[in-house]
Amino acid sequence: MELVKSITTPVVLDYEYVTGRAQSRFLRGIAQGRILGQRCVECRRVYVPSRGACARCGVRTEEELQVSDKGTVTTFCIVRVPSENLSFKPPYVCAAVLLDGADIPFMHVLQECALEDVRMGMRVQAVWVPKEQLGPTMSSIRYFKPIAEPDAEYDSFKEHL
Amino acid sequence: MRDVAIVSFAQSAKARETRNEVEILMPVVHEAVRNSKLSRQEIGFTCSGSSDYLQGQSFAFVGALDAVGAWPPIKESHVEMDGAWALYEAWIKIQTGDVDSALVYSFGKSSPGDLPEILALQLDPYTMTPLWPDAHSLAALQARAYLEATGKSERDLARVVARSLSSAVANPHAVVSGVLDIDKLLAEPYVCSPLRAHDLPPITDGASAMVVVAGDRARQVCARPVWIRGFDHRIEPLGLGLRDLTRSASTEIAAQKAGVHKSKVDFAELHAPYSHQELILRAALGLGEGVAINPSGGALASHPLMVAGLIRIGEAASRIMAGRGDRAVAHATQGPCLQQNLVCVLEGD
Repeated sequence: MELVKSITTPVVLDYEYVTGRAQSRFLRGIAQGRILGQRCVECRRVYVPSRGACARCGVRTEEELQVSDKGTVTTFCIVRVPSENLSFKPPYVCAAVLLDGADIPFMHVLQECALEDVRMGMRVQAVWVPKEQLGPTMSSIRYFKPIAEPDAEYDSFKEHL
Repeated sequence: MRDVAIVSFAQSAKARETRNEVEILMPVVHEAVRNSKLSRQEIGFTCSGSSDYLQGQSFAFVGALDAVGAWPPIKESHVEMDGAWALYEAWIKIQTGDVDSALVYSFGKSSPGDLPEILALQLDPYTMTPLWPDAHSLAALQARAYLEATGKSERDLARVVARSLSSAVANPHAVVSGVLDIDKLLAEPYVCSPLRAHDLPPITDGASAMVVVAGDRARQVCARPVWIRGFDHRIEPLGLGLRDLTRSASTEIAAQKAGVHKSKVDFAELHAPYSHQELILRAALGLGEGVAINPSGGALASHPLMVAGLIRIGEAASRIMAGRGDRAVAHATQGPCLQQNLVCVLEGD
């Protein structure tokens, strides 16, 4: 008897994902071209985007504030594997960007930059879609690009890696 | 064995939540911890129950820890099961002597996806899931087999529904409740014969949290701690053709091991997502007519998946804490057609 070595069973499940209150506010901010963070009342850390909670302290993050769309690359990777539904052709840079005023970096794509030039501490800024195309989605920020500012000192972001 | 008591319980249940899981969970966790009178630092262990499939996000259970606060680092564990099994793990952890108290929580949003379809993923992946039998259809097969084997009727199912939803009127966490006429219930159309919409669990988003404490510390922090006097859970084969769906052998064994009948049972909270399952469980647990079943309204009134089992234990504990009973049986189930069952015997001092 020949063993059945594999079968194909397609799984398709649709979800209507609910962002919740904190992320709704964040996305409404993005639609206005503003990046909103939330500050923990206990440890004072600023989360961007916030899920409405401080993971360290286990309390709500209620204080809302706008952070800069400029930031520092804390770490990065160069993606060489193609993936479906991505508008970027590999190789491209995926970077963790610590926005000025935030304590938690978030991931985005870095463009207008040669692969060999990417480095920790590099200063970057968001490139937004034209104002009339802004919406409550992360695609409102097309990518980040390097700016003409001296690199941030490692000590300034080592606590935020 | 160490004596372990439930000292606080909190829950949230709504038909459809616009908050994310952490936003639902955090106030519930805070309430349970606050009412336990223990500081977060004193709580020795944290254990949760949830399923990432409900959310459609991998490692969603890790994200939920945001609601707890995990700094300085805490001892923590998770079960991909109803929170009742998280309580079981916490109880075992306390039995080992490693810790003296635990926070147990669970959360689940049933509303984002097509729940009866999602539940097909818990079946055998080679022979059953590819057929995509939805959870309601499987329950209806069980209900039909049960009615034919026992001679019970759809009217018996409607009686379970009417009594449950009438009890649920007093429960602020019920998403369905009301005083209903049995003939009117029987006039409703089938969703999946012999089950009608009211025989099925309502889609519910919710969370619950509980603090358990060992020994005299429980008496220090709680006026009437509720002691876990028996605790057992059993599992049956996954293949629906491999077991007798008209009874619950795993519940029978768990009931015997947990010592359900060592003394009189005042009331029971049974996790029966479908009306006929209450009758199966009642028989398996040997609960006679004198035992009040589901004074909270049970799972037909509110059914946040992964949470509803822990809520049964919490509802029973809250009732004893309030002095409205001395000894209760709480039950939780998981899997298709009552595959896994957990029985917990609770007593007040």
